[in-house]
Amino acid sequence: MSAVVESHDHHHGPAKGISRWLFTTNHKDIGTLYLWFSFAMFLIGGAMAMVIRAELFQPGMQIVEPEFYNQMLTLHGLIMVFGAVMPAFVGLANWLVPMMVGAPDMALPRMNNLSFWILPFAFGVMLSSLFMEGGAPNFGWTFYAPLSTTYAPPSVTFFIFSVHILGASSIMGAINVIVTIMNMRAPGMTLMKMPLFVWSWLITAYLLIAVMPVLAGAVTMMLMDIHFGTSFFNAAGGGDPVLFQHIFWFFGHPEVYIMILPAFGIASHIISTFSRKKLFGYTSMVWAMVSIAILSFVVWAHHMFTVGMPLAAELFFMWATMLIAVPTGVKVFNWVATMFRGSITYETPMLFAICFVVLFTIGGFSGLMLAITPADFQYHDTYFVVAHFHYVLVPGSVFSIMAAVYYWLPKWCGNMYDERLGRLHFWLSFIGVNVTFFPQHFIGLAGMPRRIPDYALQFADWNMISTAGAFLFGASQILFLFIVVKTVMGGKKATPEVWEGAQGLEWTVDSPPPYHTFSTPPLVK
Amino acid sequence: MIRATHYMLMNRLTPFLFVIILSFMGVDVHSQWTDINMTEGVTDISRDVFNLHMLIFYICVAIGVVVFGVMFYSMFMFTRKKNPEPAKFDDHKGLEILWTVIPFLILIGMAVPATNTLKEMYADEEGDINIQVVGYQWKWEYKYLEDNVNFFSNLTTDQDEIYNQVPKGENYLLEVDEPVVIPTGKRIRFLITANDVIHSWWMPDFAIKQDAIPGFINTAWTVVEEPGIYRGQCTELCGKNHGFMPVVVKVVTPEEYELWVAEKKEAAYQLALLTEKEWSLSELMLKGEEVYAKNCVACHQTNGMGIQGIFPKLAGSEIVLNNKSRNVEILMEGVQGAAMQSFANQLSEIDIAAVITYTRQAWGNDSDGDGKIVVPKEIVEYKENKNNI
Repeated sequence: MSAVVESHDHHHGPAKGISRWLFTTNHKDIGTLYLWFSFAMFLIGGAMAMVIRAELFQPGMQIVEPEFYNQMLTLHGLIMVFGAVMPAFVGLANWLVPMMVGAPDMALPRMNNLSFWILPFAFGVMLSSLFMEGGAPNFGWTFYAPLSTTYAPPSVTFFIFSVHILGASSIMGAINVIVTIMNMRAPGMTLMKMPLFVWSWLITAYLLIAVMPVLAGAVTMMLMDIHFGTSFFNAAGGGDPVLFQHIFWFFGHPEVYIMILPAFGIASHIISTFSRKKLFGYTSMVWAMVSIAILSFVVWAHHMFTVGMPLAAELFFMWATMLIAVPTGVKVFNWVATMFRGSITYETPMLFAICFVVLFTIGGFSGLMLAITPADFQYHDTYFVVAHFHYVLVPGSVFSIMAAVYYWLPKWCGNMYDERLGRLHFWLSFIGVNVTFFPQHFIGLAGMPRRIPDYALQFADWNMISTAGAFLFGASQILFLFIVVKTVMGGKKATPEVWEGAQGLEWTVDSPPPYHTFSTPPLVK
Repeated sequence: MIRATHYMLMNRLTPFLFVIILSFMGVDVHSQWTDINMTEGVTDISRDVFNLHMLIFYICVAIGVVVFGVMFYSMFMFTRKKNPEPAKFDDHKGLEILWTVIPFLILIGMAVPATNTLKEMYADEEGDINIQVVGYQWKWEYKYLEDNVNFFSNLTTDQDEIYNQVPKGENYLLEVDEPVVIPTGKRIRFLITANDVIHSWWMPDFAIKQDAIPGFINTAWTVVEEPGIYRGQCTELCGKNHGFMPVVVKVVTPEEYELWVAEKKEAAYQLALLTEKEWSLSELMLKGEEVYAKNCVACHQTNGMGIQGIFPKLAGSEIVLNNKSRNVEILMEGVQGAAMQSFANQLSEIDIAAVITYTRQAWGNDSDGDGKIVVPKEIVEYKENKNNI
């Protein structure tokens, strides 16, 4: 009886049992759900990467058949992009945006619940295609028509349904973030006083709203081609297979910035805190992100330099793509200037953040090389591209997410993580990621195409090294799981500030924060 | 145009650096420079592309040295121990402008040579020899438009090599039955398209990579001075055997080329004669098994069982057992909306007759079904009937 009475007394606390998670409208709970979901997807997508790397350990077919290999590489890409990285950033936004702008919750809490809970269904549908006749989607995460339409396995229809659901989820999440930021900032917090993570998410949310409907359009046209006799992408019916690529990459290029802009925000917070210095060039950081977002809409065809576009188009997309190096460079220079003459310590979040800056920059360099059209004719669809985008996505996006988890986890659960284990996790991941992806630059330049299950003998040595690195990286993430669970279960209590000199409203509330924070808005000077 | 001289020294030094680093890692170092870098190739264009690649690479390295230099300096010099009092500055207009403008200027420096090279690659006029390249799942067809020669180019690497039953040969996965043959010193223009899904025709040594897209004809051109055999691969995911459709180009002297064209024409004539002859069952079976191994096993498998849910089985299939006319029709017309393509132009009448006969006789199909065989003349008649309609 006393328990019942108590829950009446604390009617602001969470519900008990499973219904807490199913029916929650609390931004912190939903943030937690998103983060755990994305971690589960990270492990599933990672397991698929292990299948891919195991098959590539040696020349010849050893473990899987080419048909299944193609399914693995397709699902690995889809799950990592839509299941791991994007939901992780949405989870961080849920936890942090309201606390950073001094709002009591997200603006649309019920929609927040819906946008999370349709995700497991989307991925349930997608993964179930593995067990269907004809197998899972096998046409790569970019699903180029007509391989994904006329020549696709029957499960492609389920894949289309799944993309529709997860697109709806992303759009709802984005609307929620924009409405929260625009309407619920604490008094005195003007746009140019917002923390950079909030800025980065505001821009990301606009990108999401702009391009997710385009993706939905692309898959709907596929659906029409497959089931209703249209010929959008079917040359035999007067359609245009290249049209698919234009539509896909008009979504796809902003999409890659959706996966990196929040990382920029995270790195800015962490580098400033552990350098004990205010972030250098706040204003130019904001404008750099806005420029990157705008440019992202006019560079899509650099993914398609080999489709046979006219010279004028090739030149336009080459120059526009090269321009992106300018605002991106500004960001890197500002991070370095923030560290310059700081008073730096190297806790785990800082290690991940520094590693993010260095390796993301290396990914940026190879990106600049890829922008050069004549050279891209040699790089395109080789392992050089695989190395490039994994450098910006793994030590880029994924490391920034890990940095964020180490940085804010003590705030979320009130316990400090084990610093020694955290550093061990960092170093294992750092070594693993470089041993995996650096040699891929070499084999790509030497001529190994991507998305092949077997390769010529001259690529054998580097593939073996790459696979060894991949298994090291994969295994290290089990350690990450252990560290997080250990921290949530207990550990040294964290102070409200957690980190000496950390700036921002989220550090003014207790660790862990009460279930509802900022019911009365704080005043920002 | 950028020329290699400036970078010669660096080019020579870099492999040594890698070798030193690698030997520390305990890697068996027999790599050459080309094992870890882009090929310089054998054409003027490919050398331009290579030099462009190296130029941008070294610019990136230089920027990296400066940026990471300042960063690592800060990391070592401004630790809390050495610099307990952090500086207070947090903005500097002049610096922001400086590091916006300088990268912009560097980019212009990159864009100029890149634009020039690209313009040259796009200087696309009629070639001395025009070759149509058609991508199929999973082979290439080459049609010499002037000489009316055409043939398919299939992977010849043995399934046993792929499945690790026997040692792998030197050109594992990069060898074909018939390479595309071109002469030195002539301007060759490739007209690239595809029959089913999108493929991509890549010849690294010529710096040509063009997507082969159904319904489109993309062009690329080259002039090669150096005779030799050059190898590349398909570079657009095109289904199950995407990794198994190499591109092999054999560059010969113009005299050898003329000879080769004459031989191809003679062979086509001989084939037409052979079609007229009476074929026995055992001859057809022998030929058919060979054709099957080259063209059919990838999907229908050696045992004729196919892959469940994707590629239908032939052993015990109703059509193969008892429906000879439909059997022929499928080979000739393909199956709409499925991976099964028309083989009417890919295989000779003899090959088609032989392979149908083989599938109707093998795996016990002869005893389970009507066991009817198909002779080359029937295929010729099929084609004639179709033309008459």
